[in-house]
Amino acid sequence: MDIERNDHDYYEERHEELEKGHDYLVALAGNPNTGKSTVFNALTGLRQHVGNWPGKTVARAEGSFKYEGKRYKLIDLPGTYSLLATATDEEITRNFLLFSRPDVVVVVVDSTVLERNLNLVLQVLEISDNVVVCLNLVDEAARKGMEIDAKQLSLALGVPVVPTIANVGKGLNDLVEATAKVASGKITTSPHHFALKTEIRKVFDEVIPHVKKVANGLPNIRWVTMRLLEGDIRIRQALESGELASLAGLAQGNSVTRESMKAELKELFDRIQVAASPIRESLHDHVVSSIYADAEAIASKAITKVKIPKYNLDAKIDRIVTSRVMGFPIMIALLMAVFWVTIEGANIPSQLLAEGLFWLEAQLSSLFMWFGVPQWLEGLLVHGTFRGVAWVVSVMLPPMAIFFPLFTLLEDSGYLPRVEFNIDRFFKWAGAHGKQAITMCMGFGCNATGVISCRSINSPRERLIAILTNNFVPCNGRWPTLFLMATVFLAAAFPPAISSLMASLTIVAVTLVGILATFVVSALLSHTLLKGESSFFVLEMPSYRRPQFLRVLYTSFIDRTIKVLYRAVVWAAPSGALIWILGNVHVGGETLMTHAANVLSPVGLLIGLDGIILLAYILAIPANEIIIPTIIMGYMGTSMMTELESTAELHALFAAQGFTIVTAISLMLFAVLHYPCATTTHTIWKETRSAKWTILSNLIPLVVAFLVCFGVTQSLRALGFG
Amino acid sequence: MELQSSKNPDSKTLAELEVGQRARVMRLLVGGPTRRRLLDLGLLPGTEVRALMKSPLGTPIAYYVRGTVLALRSEDSSKIVVKPLS
Repeated sequence: MDIERNDHDYYEERHEELEKGHDYLVALAGNPNTGKSTVFNALTGLRQHVGNWPGKTVARAEGSFKYEGKRYKLIDLPGTYSLLATATDEEITRNFLLFSRPDVVVVVVDSTVLERNLNLVLQVLEISDNVVVCLNLVDEAARKGMEIDAKQLSLALGVPVVPTIANVGKGLNDLVEATAKVASGKITTSPHHFALKTEIRKVFDEVIPHVKKVANGLPNIRWVTMRLLEGDIRIRQALESGELASLAGLAQGNSVTRESMKAELKELFDRIQVAASPIRESLHDHVVSSIYADAEAIASKAITKVKIPKYNLDAKIDRIVTSRVMGFPIMIALLMAVFWVTIEGANIPSQLLAEGLFWLEAQLSSLFMWFGVPQWLEGLLVHGTFRGVAWVVSVMLPPMAIFFPLFTLLEDSGYLPRVEFNIDRFFKWAGAHGKQAITMCMGFGCNATGVISCRSINSPRERLIAILTNNFVPCNGRWPTLFLMATVFLAAAFPPAISSLMASLTIVAVTLVGILATFVVSALLSHTLLKGESSFFVLEMPSYRRPQFLRVLYTSFIDRTIKVLYRAVVWAAPSGALIWILGNVHVGGETLMTHAANVLSPVGLLIGLDGIILLAYILAIPANEIIIPTIIMGYMGTSMMTELESTAELHALFAAQGFTIVTAISLMLFAVLHYPCATTTHTIWKETRSAKWTILSNLIPLVVAFLVCFGVTQSLRALGFG
Repeated sequence: MELQSSKNPDSKTLAELEVGQRARVMRLLVGGPTRRRLLDLGLLPGTEVRALMKSPLGTPIAYYVRGTVLALRSEDSSKIVVKPLS
């Protein structure tokens, strides 16, 4: 186990925070899926910041809020089921509670799963006295016919219990009030401590006096003893060094006293050793069953089953949605529906945006000329840079602003775990985690977002697999390319009656290739670079909920818009400028673009593309949307990225360049399988902090794209096509 | 994958439970981190469970445990010995 003392010392956090002007430090804990994030967001609003726990890849959200003149710093601890094991999330949570000593710990509890949630609550009560229980999702409990007596619960636990319905904001004021009162001492708690089963009570009774000898007055002696018996090195160290004592403000903290206690410490650890070895295996078992026995007793007293609803909607929906016959078709149909709505819905807004922005470009052009700006500068700024931005915004913004809100609705409704449930077996085969299904779905919208969503996968190995393969799923930015190729070239090769169908099927086929590549590469990685055990998989499947349409649509929409605009300015602008330069600087009679294309030509032809297309792919690293306009620019020899109005024109232009159906297929395959765009690569770097994996995240897809395009091209040519 | 069912006709593993069947957890056949995880989730000896639904691909299977629905892969559910209830 890690014994990092040189990483951020938790106990200093308190002082830092208090110095920065916060009055109190509040920690937010709870099981996964209890609405903890909702509570966090509701309390902190925009005043939040997401980083990482020091030395770990677990995300850490912190924020602040004000109440009655005091400033509260809120830290969102990782969602965990327990604090007893050695998993990273649990380690972070219990060490934060013990060493950073927040003024209040708010434990968010799912009322419908009270017993299991009490497992965590009772453990938190062992470490910290200042606890407030947020009894969330009481509306769900009511729907399930359960009535929970918060007062009873509060009496049994010895701490305030506040019922809330966090996603509509109910009860949050009471929660903040209770938190403030506990922080300031207006409410004093008398936390309940669960009874130890007889099997282990003896051991504790024997050892605790010795712990007291070295740390008398420590408020959570029983917890410390428990950790020592479990062999927790961090705690042992903290005891030896006096850290625990000084945290509690005890005399044993100072070094002189510690020196004199060396003998007692040694005796303590010897006794621990003797006491713990015979029961090492069963200690954890007994502790957990003690906790659950207590939890059951408390829960049964606090819950009254008012009526058991006969009609279990959840079960009925689930039976259909996970059935052998309907399960997969429904999944695919829903995904297709999301795609269809995105494509159709984005059509007109994209056109309008394009018209508007290009009109603006023309005005800018006139303005520059009126001011007498030199031709080349006007070209660079207006026709290169601005046009690049305009293109990305008009192509990307509408679909993203539709896809993500739709996806978030799906997420809010509770359907996504069912997708994971259905498809997990494939991921298990590939040595990956079921949640990768969800990150892939996100990738259909935007791969950078998909990569970030991989944070939901705890195991670093499985998380990396999900990150490295996310790009095989084509994002919104690549759909227009796929679409165009399919309708202009594939459809044209078939009789009009079935041309539309063939175009759709081609897109589906190419996407399936991407998904297949994901599984194959994941499996390969599991056996080579990322070998290891599959992490323990448990999927909690919450009740279906009615999503909050308006709130979701609004926040998701704004969020996406900002992200797209940011990306357009940061990446697409310079890219547009570069493309303009390549198309307008002449060396030896030819543009730089032509020169570059000629160099790339041999490689391009080998895999079914050509020099211009390959060059376009390189230039489009910042933004996939500009591939087609750049190709057109290259073919037409124009000085700026262009679009052609009619598909017939496009077909003619491309065909004249030797573009065949094989080229179209190759282009589509390359579009799906190639390396990530600049934003995604940058995101991968930020998420992994590893040059090695960031490079591999580009190299692996590149190699796959090459191999597949090469193979398909050669096969098709051998069969007599193009 | 261990299957304990042959020993005692009255006991099965969780993986072998039919959809809709209720059972009581008897013991866990696995130690280490997996055991801890299962215990933390409330799958202790004495806990009542019910098999709810199977994935179209056969695994994982979802169970009703202490008020919530948990899905487990067969390699884990086959390590939990249960006694079916009528």
